[in-house]
Amino acid sequence: MFGFILRRLAVAVPTLLMLIVVSFVLMHAAPGGPFTQERALPPQVLANLEAKYGLDRSLPEQIWTYVSGIVTRFDFGPSFVYPDRSVNDIIAQGFPVTLTYGAIGFALSVVIGVALGVVAAIRHNTWLDTLAVGVSIGAQVLPNFVIAPILVLVLTLWLRWLPGGGWGGWPYWVMPIIALALSHMASIARLTRSSMLEVLGSNHIRTARAKGLSERAVILRHALKPAMLPVISYLGPLFVTMITGSVVVDMYFSTGGIGRSFVDSALSRDYAVMMGITILVGALTIFFNLLVDVLYAWIDPKIRY
Amino acid sequence: MTKLFLTTALAACIALPALAAEPAEGEKLADRQTYDFWLLDAVKTLDPQKNTDRPGADVINQLFEGLAIEDARGAMIPGAAESWTLSDDRKTHTFKLREARWSNGDPVTANDFVFAWRRLVDPKTASEYAWYAELANIANASEIIKGEKPATELGVRAVDDRTLEVTLTQPTPYFLKMQSNTALFPVPQKVVEAEGDNWTRPGKLVGNGAYVLTGHDLGVQVTMKKNDNYRDAASTILTDLKFTTVNDVNAGLTRYLAGELDYVEIPAGQYPRLEKEYPDAATVSPNACTYAYIMNLSDKGPEALKDKRVRQALMLGMQRDIVVNNILQGGQKPAWTWTHWAIEGFVAPDNPWEKMTQENRTARAKELLAEAGYGPDKPLTLTLQYNTSEDHKKIAVAAQQFYKQLGVDLTLNNVEWKVHTDRMQNQDFDIARYAWCADYNEPSTFLDYFRSTGKNEGRFVNADYDAALDHSKTAEDPSGDYRKAEAILADEIPAVFVYHYASVAMRNPAVKGVPLENPMNTWYAKDLYRIAP
Repeated sequence: MFGFILRRLAVAVPTLLMLIVVSFVLMHAAPGGPFTQERALPPQVLANLEAKYGLDRSLPEQIWTYVSGIVTRFDFGPSFVYPDRSVNDIIAQGFPVTLTYGAIGFALSVVIGVALGVVAAIRHNTWLDTLAVGVSIGAQVLPNFVIAPILVLVLTLWLRWLPGGGWGGWPYWVMPIIALALSHMASIARLTRSSMLEVLGSNHIRTARAKGLSERAVILRHALKPAMLPVISYLGPLFVTMITGSVVVDMYFSTGGIGRSFVDSALSRDYAVMMGITILVGALTIFFNLLVDVLYAWIDPKIRY
Repeated sequence: MTKLFLTTALAACIALPALAAEPAEGEKLADRQTYDFWLLDAVKTLDPQKNTDRPGADVINQLFEGLAIEDARGAMIPGAAESWTLSDDRKTHTFKLREARWSNGDPVTANDFVFAWRRLVDPKTASEYAWYAELANIANASEIIKGEKPATELGVRAVDDRTLEVTLTQPTPYFLKMQSNTALFPVPQKVVEAEGDNWTRPGKLVGNGAYVLTGHDLGVQVTMKKNDNYRDAASTILTDLKFTTVNDVNAGLTRYLAGELDYVEIPAGQYPRLEKEYPDAATVSPNACTYAYIMNLSDKGPEALKDKRVRQALMLGMQRDIVVNNILQGGQKPAWTWTHWAIEGFVAPDNPWEKMTQENRTARAKELLAEAGYGPDKPLTLTLQYNTSEDHKKIAVAAQQFYKQLGVDLTLNNVEWKVHTDRMQNQDFDIARYAWCADYNEPSTFLDYFRSTGKNEGRFVNADYDAALDHSKTAEDPSGDYRKAEAILADEIPAVFVYHYASVAMRNPAVKGVPLENPMNTWYAKDLYRIAP
């Protein structure tokens, strides 16, 4: 197992490097640059800016400086668009925000989603099943850009219970969490339900029941674990998606999270911020995929690395 | 202009008490003197020399103060300077500073201005607004930006602690009006040098404005409290300011209605409804920007647009009333001039097209196209490029329909903002959507755009136009030159002017003193106050 983990980590380094190089090249291939503006800058001012940010050097040189800055100083460079902030500052401010609402949202969608899915599978073809499926389909078809305004309308404007946006204590967390988690919860519920149904029809469950085990034991000890396999492979990438935020949630609730920064940086060609968040998302994805693989081996004894 | 300039300065000297928050008779002040302002985007920087946009200026205007500030109508009044004089050759301005302190208690000196202005042009700062010093014609600004001379050569010097002398390369009638832009604000040399790029952080930032920074969460909010060291702190009423970023205009409106904000822009098309429901709160004020379709007259542009008749036809076929009254519906005005109507001292030339009915204009447009050789056998095909935005799209679709009536086939090409800008700057378009906003409250800020040496993305070249603007720089009264320049634009049509912007906003009626007549939309929280409900 340790050998496996080490091998995977060793592959992660060239993967990240590839990610950096490809993103860097793609980014520079897009027309316009961070200093392209409606009011074109005088050539000399533009040249001064490009010199300051190293854009006057060749692409390989830029990539080299960038990567060595990260490796030696963990410095992701200055933002091109926010002159008094570095990329480290921007991520340090935005990531805890998305991590908070993303992680809580993730936990809630897993707990509620799995519970809904299991209940629906056990009570297959009863009103409970229909209700659970109905709720999850409903939640899945309502995108967060529809949910978000409805939440603000009801909870802020009508009831005056919660602040309509911004970031602070828990009252600010509620609406972003609901808006983010709802559709993911629904996906998990549906995935759990179908996987659970499949497992419940399998031979080892029939055996367990034949042995006279209680239904509770059958479900919790024998059915749930194998039924979770497809769900878990879905959860790794989902966790990363959720903790790195959502542009809709960040925009609508002005949370200051990195979901919005990511999209903004792409549109404004803020190369450094875009690279920083790309690397963050890339590294997290690699790490959580590894974690999922380890979990797999733990759940399913048949899997050996 | 000298006369006008000197009288303004003189009047300013006599009427020394600057504008301040002055509650009217019978108004009872609220206990809580706060103001919650809305911003669409994150504030890019709080560094005056690096700021480039309006939202940044709204925040920085409370933290710092330039030599002169704007009154409720946009005219210049003394700010950090108490008076100023102009030399006979109109190339040397001398400012006498007030006795004032930075928020950390240090005195504000002429040296702080010298430091800030040198910093603006210094290539090491790499300010995106360095060109502002060139526009102001400050001596040696261009050479310093190019790296040919050291920043210490800039034509600005501290005669003594409270006297600042500025040398220009040529008479610049609008020089004083440029002083309310953040680029020319002073910054505290000691703090900037000690803290480097971090000097604008809460707790470190030191300003000479009416408020001090207490917090800044990027993309969430900026908070400030009253600066007790401000020169006019005694008449400042609001105590706490909050600038909240809400990226979605509709979300902003909901939060305004929930009482979380005192100001928010009204989303396009919603003004008529809100005006009926909240007549006290829905406001319209001029905003000095002009929306236009720029024609590419360069060698890379389409042959058809080189024919003046075609350009005139496109100008006539643009049904501005429909754009303004049916699409935008927010107090905008049809544009027949490049200069915004509310710019101080601007009088538009007579424009015969403007007085015609739209039917007649359309008929005339068809005639012009036919004369130019276009018709059913030889239809004119052009591409309109615009950047992604619901409003631009609506107007573009409408334009497509307007031009269809003339037999012109307009293809719409929607591109992302940076691509749009990049293509425009490389003359890679037929017709492109554009908007120009005033840098200062005077017509030349618009008219300089179409000079052959100006930004002028469509590469319009006209010797008479350039001559009129050259003359305006030294004229006693440049308004005649400006009228002449506008008349040339109205005939040559380097662009179809569509509409003049307006700011439509929900403003809490309890907050008083908001300047709604200033087309520059500059406001100072020190002039505002909140009355009790």
